[in-house]
Amino acid sequence: MSPIALDIAIHLAKIALIFFVVLTLAAYLVFAERRILAWIQDRKGPNRVGPFGLLQPLADLIKLLTKEDFRPAGADKWLFYLAPAMAAIPAILTFAVIPFGAPLQLFGREVPLQVADLNVGLLFFLALSSIAVYGVALGGWASNSKYALLGSIRGLAQLISYELSMGLSLVPTVMLAGSLRLSDIVGAQEGIWFIVYQPLAFAIFLISIAAECKRIPFDIPEAEGELVAGFHTEYSGMRFGLFFVGEYINIIVLGGLATTFFLGGWHGPWLPPFAWFSVKTLAFAFFFIWMRGTLPRLRYDQLMHLGWKVLTPLALVNILVTGWILMLR
Amino acid sequence: MPRPSVATMPIITDFKAIATGLFVTWKHIFRRSVTVEYPEVKRTPAPRYRARIVLTRDPDGGERCVACYLCSAACPVDCISMEAAEDGNGRRYARWFRINFSRCIFCGLCAEACPTLAIQMTPDYEICERDIMELVYEKEDLLIDGCGKDPAYNFYRHAGIGVAQPRGAGEREEEPVDARGLMP
Repeated sequence: MSPIALDIAIHLAKIALIFFVVLTLAAYLVFAERRILAWIQDRKGPNRVGPFGLLQPLADLIKLLTKEDFRPAGADKWLFYLAPAMAAIPAILTFAVIPFGAPLQLFGREVPLQVADLNVGLLFFLALSSIAVYGVALGGWASNSKYALLGSIRGLAQLISYELSMGLSLVPTVMLAGSLRLSDIVGAQEGIWFIVYQPLAFAIFLISIAAECKRIPFDIPEAEGELVAGFHTEYSGMRFGLFFVGEYINIIVLGGLATTFFLGGWHGPWLPPFAWFSVKTLAFAFFFIWMRGTLPRLRYDQLMHLGWKVLTPLALVNILVTGWILMLR
Repeated sequence: MPRPSVATMPIITDFKAIATGLFVTWKHIFRRSVTVEYPEVKRTPAPRYRARIVLTRDPDGGERCVACYLCSAACPVDCISMEAAEDGNGRRYARWFRINFSRCIFCGLCAEACPTLAIQMTPDYEICERDIMELVYEKEDLLIDGCGKDPAYNFYRHAGIGVAQPRGAGEREEEPVDARGLMP
């Protein structure tokens, strides 16, 4: 096999692997969330389908695929049909830049466990996380429903309040690593993880990613009880499923990114690198579920207040202090 | 109420509150669940639980129901219907009696309204059918062979003038007074 063909084959294999693993994991995250929330609430959760309910995601998939794919009257057909994909695709696309393991020696060459080692990987992530909100905004807009529209407006308002602080909280990691390339950021954390140097940036990033994946306490765009289901009120069947699974892919991806930026990526003692990456990422997923079982939803203006008046100034001060210390060093 | 400014935002109290909340939910993860896994484990309902409705008989084996329509009138969802009839010796009964359990809300008002204690609630809550028409119970489905909650009670021993027994023969009933015999 020629080297180029081998290159392509390896890349395709990695893409297929990521698709399979991330989608399966997202489906099982839904299941895990239902079980853990149930435990938190002293219930048992879904335990009927298969042993311990482990086939529940499959049953859900079959259910969603066989449901009616309903389009409300007056909805914008193309936008309505495209929006779920616009929400789910950027989420899984972000995974392309995350290094999920140490480079492997395969066929006499070094294979990085990362689909694309972009030199602007961090910007790529920020760009995609902004694009992901188009799915929310356009889905709500195209639904021709007031609740969906309100949800998408809230989604946009939420985006502009957390996105800035999220981007700013990552600047110190870039300053420490001296690179926007994610593999370099992971490499810089071989000794000490950035969370030690940057606990404040980590806290800001954690709050921002909770808002980014629209989780309680920041599930304002889909606040059930206020907006029925927010931007995906009018969606049914697998289109709703795509929104839903996109959200869980987002949790995995953002957990992976938080791992990459602050928790040393795949670095760690004893366990193999891939296992470390999975453990850290799933710990974030668990934390989000745990948080959902604990906290109430913030009000619309409270999030704006938090984002603009607390997190953004804090992140800016953090950058200043980090820069100062780096300069003095 | 003025909005709290950033300077006075109770950040420490907030974080403490969030941590306390997280700790509480963490403890609950390991607590035993209170779920009763229904098809395998069945709870025994209280004896006075209100579920499937039955028509009972008096101790002599006769139908208690006198088709007075009070249950049907009391029913808030109009799920009880019947047709009254009278047998040879003047005793009223329901020619047909129908309860639509797909409508019934198991409120128990029919049982409360019943003057003869004929209609009663039972704790049998497993009423479930694939075909909704199966939930329409006719008289033969409703009538049971027992007396239900009041085994000794027989309406016609107390009332039902001249129907089951001659006048004055009922329990705690005095001989009819001959009004003309009181003439001076």
